[in-house]
Amino acid sequence: MTDVEALLFSLSWSQPELWLAGFALVATLVGAAFGDRASGPLSIGAALVMVIAATLAALHRPETPVVIFNGSLVVDGFSAAVKTIVGYSAAATLLLASEHLQRSGDRRFEFPVLVTLAVLGMFVMASAHDLIALYIGVELQSLAAYVMAAFRRDDARSSEAGLKYFVLGALSSGLLLYGASLIYGFAGSVKFAEIATQIGDGNAGLTFGLVFLLCGLAFKMSAAPFHMWTPDVYEGAPTPVTAFFAAAPKMAAVALMARVIYGPFGALEAQWVQVIAALAAISLVVGSVAALVQTNIKRLMAYSSIANMGFVLMALAAGAKEGAPAALLYMALYLPATIGIFAVIQAMWRDGKPVEDVADLAGLARRTPWMAYILTALLFSLTGIPPLAGFFGKYAAFLATVNAGLVWLAILAGLATVVGAGYYLRVVKVIWFDAPAPAFDRTGGAVVLTAGVSAALTVLVLVVGAGAVQSWIAISAATSFAAPPLP
Amino acid sequence: MGLTAIAFYALAAVAVGAALAVISARNPVHSVLFLILTFFSTAGLFVLLGAEFLAMLLVVVYVGAVAVLFLFVVMMLDVNFAELKQGFLSYMPLGALIGLALLAELVLVTSATHGQGHSALAPPVEGTNALAIGRVLYTDYLVLFQLSGLVLFVAMIGAVVLTLRKRTGVKRQSVSRQVGRTRKQAVELKDVKSGQGLS
Repeated sequence: MTDVEALLFSLSWSQPELWLAGFALVATLVGAAFGDRASGPLSIGAALVMVIAATLAALHRPETPVVIFNGSLVVDGFSAAVKTIVGYSAAATLLLASEHLQRSGDRRFEFPVLVTLAVLGMFVMASAHDLIALYIGVELQSLAAYVMAAFRRDDARSSEAGLKYFVLGALSSGLLLYGASLIYGFAGSVKFAEIATQIGDGNAGLTFGLVFLLCGLAFKMSAAPFHMWTPDVYEGAPTPVTAFFAAAPKMAAVALMARVIYGPFGALEAQWVQVIAALAAISLVVGSVAALVQTNIKRLMAYSSIANMGFVLMALAAGAKEGAPAALLYMALYLPATIGIFAVIQAMWRDGKPVEDVADLAGLARRTPWMAYILTALLFSLTGIPPLAGFFGKYAAFLATVNAGLVWLAILAGLATVVGAGYYLRVVKVIWFDAPAPAFDRTGGAVVLTAGVSAALTVLVLVVGAGAVQSWIAISAATSFAAPPLP
Repeated sequence: MGLTAIAFYALAAVAVGAALAVISARNPVHSVLFLILTFFSTAGLFVLLGAEFLAMLLVVVYVGAVAVLFLFVVMMLDVNFAELKQGFLSYMPLGALIGLALLAELVLVTSATHGQGHSALAPPVEGTNALAIGRVLYTDYLVLFQLSGLVLFVAMIGAVVLTLRKRTGVKRQSVSRQVGRTRKQAVELKDVKSGQGLS
């Protein structure tokens, strides 16, 4: 292939990314011309483009991994599945956000642009095939996220959330870069494919670099003990932004973690399995126990997401063959529930102001029954009650972990599930049995739509069969990670 | 002693002297100006090493942007530098220790690699440095280069989102309106009767 042919070949495999980048640039121009009036149409356009990109990624799935742009990016079944999940969940949260921001008077046309660029960063993370692409993807996503956290700039809590996220995020980027520089120094290349061949049976320098890299990534997916930013940022950031943080970026961070440990460092499984298992164990404990005492529903969801990252990490620790599909399935079933819960949280307005205490939900069953049914179904799904979607994700994670011989971790996760049931069911109790609090204001259409669709997905999984989702993911993951070379 | 050596010693002496002046100058504005001088002499050292692209980058990025930013901070923020410097002597031992540790590391590194054929000179490339870097930047690393551009784009949008405020009630100059003003709108003739004045 000549250079031009190679470039065109690469571009033909990166259509989802081209759509996103092109839309971001055009949307900026449109916004600059029409001002904040364009924010509504641009949000809808951005959501549409994300759906197009996700669908393209899903339909354009190669049989064997395709390495493009001179080894910088790779397109395979895994990246296709991740991009699909990221695209749809980002589109859903953007539609929710658009409605919420219109209502709270923060409609600015930059918001959909920033979300689109963040999603582009996540797509790059899902496809990263060298250390530079890894870092640029992470940074593109994080920088947009910092700005979004501080989007309500006149609100002290939002500014604080943005600043805290930025400072701690910069620290974690530093860790990540330090690890990457050590890996480059000891492996002699930034390309994942070459690192995998150079790695041999590893040495101290490479392991050192890998641990730093994993710490940086753990921060991005808010796994304990790198979680301290999560509750504060979730609470301080505007609610629609929190909903966005809780969904798509988590999937991208999990995907990147899987890429790193199963790709270039597949041969060092003995080294990273300890790190991942430790991260999983600490996340499970911290997320479950700390959530018990939260009164703010956004903080509660922050700790819930930490605990759920623990489950995903537990699945990842099981190795590429079983861990990757289990983690993907877990995320695919967990994200709709989270988005649905955040849709309900965004419907919590009273007297023209958003409220966010668990106590504000009191007696919801008597005030707005449909909302109470949806929220209850979603909370049961997160708990892992059998007929609902969340159960199948947890089941896959447990199965993979036990099969990999990490029985202690599975037992710990079982205990965490029980503790987790405690705080999820507390919310259910408040909704159904407490004396009703004053009613909420009327909700917008996007909230009803998103909450309804997510609840439908959560419940319908048992009708359509988790099997369909599972086989789709299994095929996606099976074609992606080559078996680690024998030492 | 060749011309290169003379240039090296001159630039190195200026760099070290200016660096010392940065931390010893009383006036913070002078400190920043000495910092710029340090950057310039370091850029000169890079040119001597054959890394002219790096030298230009140092001048453009550090002198052009970073140092000017420092100047803005120093001049616009009301920081009491005398107060900041008060604890200087008490931190001196720790600072000296860190300095010594760094010096020891430098000595170790140079003595370990000295005479092993490692050269600080840039490997010879076809044409200039900029050409060599540009060749890989726009071919092998094209997508990463473009994505870095998008990262900067996000930073730019972020700065605008977080800081731009459209204030109402501010009197701004509008050149087109000034120029488009007619005599009728601007001048009013009054026939003033003597002894009465204008009401």
